[in-house]
Amino acid sequence: MRKAYFDHIAATHLHPEALRAMLPYLGDVYGNPQSLHSAGQQALAAVDAARSEVAGLIGAGSEEVYFTASGSEANNLAVKGLAQAYQAKGKHIVVSAIEHLSVLNPVKSLEKLGFSSTTVPVDGTGLIDPAEVEKAIRKDTILVSVMTANSEVGTVEPVAEIARVCRARNVLFHTDAVAAAGSISLNVRDLDVDALSLAGDQFYGPKGSAALFLKKGTRIVPLVEGGIQEGGRRAGTENVAAIVGLGKAAAIARAGMEAKAARAIPLRDLLIEELVCRVDHVVLTGHRTRRLPHHASFCIEFVEGEGMLLLLDMQGISASSGSACTSKALKVSHVLLAMGLDHALAQGSLVFSLIDGTGREDVEYLLDGFPPVIERLRKMSPLYTQYLKERNDALQR
Amino acid sequence: MLYSDKVMNHFLNPRNVGVLADADGVGQVGNPVCGDMMTFYIKVKGDRLEDVKFQTFGCGAAIAVSSMVSEMAKGKTLDEAMKITNSLVAEELGGLPKNKLHCSNLGADALHAAIENFKARQKSAEKGASMVVDSHEHDEGCACPYCEGTLEEGEKEFCKACQIELEECPSCGGITKKGAEACIHCGKPLAG
Repeated sequence: MRKAYFDHIAATHLHPEALRAMLPYLGDVYGNPQSLHSAGQQALAAVDAARSEVAGLIGAGSEEVYFTASGSEANNLAVKGLAQAYQAKGKHIVVSAIEHLSVLNPVKSLEKLGFSSTTVPVDGTGLIDPAEVEKAIRKDTILVSVMTANSEVGTVEPVAEIARVCRARNVLFHTDAVAAAGSISLNVRDLDVDALSLAGDQFYGPKGSAALFLKKGTRIVPLVEGGIQEGGRRAGTENVAAIVGLGKAAAIARAGMEAKAARAIPLRDLLIEELVCRVDHVVLTGHRTRRLPHHASFCIEFVEGEGMLLLLDMQGISASSGSACTSKALKVSHVLLAMGLDHALAQGSLVFSLIDGTGREDVEYLLDGFPPVIERLRKMSPLYTQYLKERNDALQR
Repeated sequence: MLYSDKVMNHFLNPRNVGVLADADGVGQVGNPVCGDMMTFYIKVKGDRLEDVKFQTFGCGAAIAVSSMVSEMAKGKTLDEAMKITNSLVAEELGGLPKNKLHCSNLGADALHAAIENFKARQKSAEKGASMVVDSHEHDEGCACPYCEGTLEEGEKEFCKACQIELEECPSCGGITKKGAEACIHCGKPLAG
């Protein structure tokens, strides 16, 4: 069966060059980077080189990059670590309504410890208004966390403008760039952010490889305490192979970013324009133009996400959804609800995200395979029957 | 694989999908908030279910459950059909993932609601009596948004685990922290 992978936002494949770079560190080069002997120093050199590549991807200094085991860990470290380090100044945090749960849940935990938070709303396209962030900042605000781009709806946020607001009010600004880093150009100096999270599995690095950028001079309380690895900010023996893979992936992403986006954007636009034509009652979610180059997301009325995913999978097409049934917690996506979509429509969420190597023929294959899936599910849907009946009644009147 | 072969079989080839325009009983349960909604139509001859049809908005498990319930119920007497339980349906399907078991509840409930509707119509002897909509409604605010712990009926204003006061957001209806500036779900300001 033909395979067409449209689930970049869940994970990308490992770049063959990243794999090749990693292999020695899963084999002969097994020294601990903290050891003084040459076996250890060889591993340390590889970790340092990777740190410098990751720093290069985002325009940071090597000493400002701290490796973690996931984007979620980087977000947890930023939110909890910065809040704790600066709590003498105040105990108020500002986040957007569409942040990843690895930002929102740490904020909830902090609330139980006496912190308070303000959630900034988004508009119907998932865009955050910097003026709303400014309004939410209080005298005791110490941290603002707003994502660079949203993985469920693809919208790219005005991070530089929000950072400017925070700087003017002397508040730390963290951005969760997990969905964006490696896909769109990011420079921490131009953006003027204090902290930024990224993850390797979003740009062809290995799973379990991620990093937090922390501007030089910024204090943070570690989540994992113990040894002095990562400058004392994240204890634990370094996952050398994963770090090396992340470094390689960062170097490849940086070199090929413009060319990749130039290939992805026309395919993304073809998908967006065609999909809404081939099936009625399909709406684009997220912003039409301010979106990730590889990202196309929709809500399909009268059907539910999991059924679509299963039927698409029968045709070798991999995608994802924010419906309640597809989440283990059986909750519909908070992102779609925050954008003002009603529950029924949000249940029909479908996200197609392109990877390197997605070709026009893959998009055509998806476009051809999609309408029969929807037709089949709508035939079974009481909501669709109800809609048809109401439409008929209206026509007869 | 997420589902057993039998579940996938019923999901891919659902039996008895459709609408009975001249149904003797109609039952509808669930709502899109919790993810699933099912409508069952029955045709009764004597005391037997001569025909059963369904429509389902929901996940693979919900569709497979409806299909299985319709197959199990067809040809049975009303009393026999009322004895079809959720666990029997799940068993017939060769098991369901734990977090999908609630779908099997909906299936039997929808069938039973259709039978109740038939009986009610007979009583009032008026064909076209109003549709019985089962009260199997999922309340969105059944869990604390902070610890995800279940909030008992009548205890929606306070989470014991977190020791915090809660209230319903007037904008989105979600449960959020009382006295906060904005709703934790939709970010809209809370009055008062």
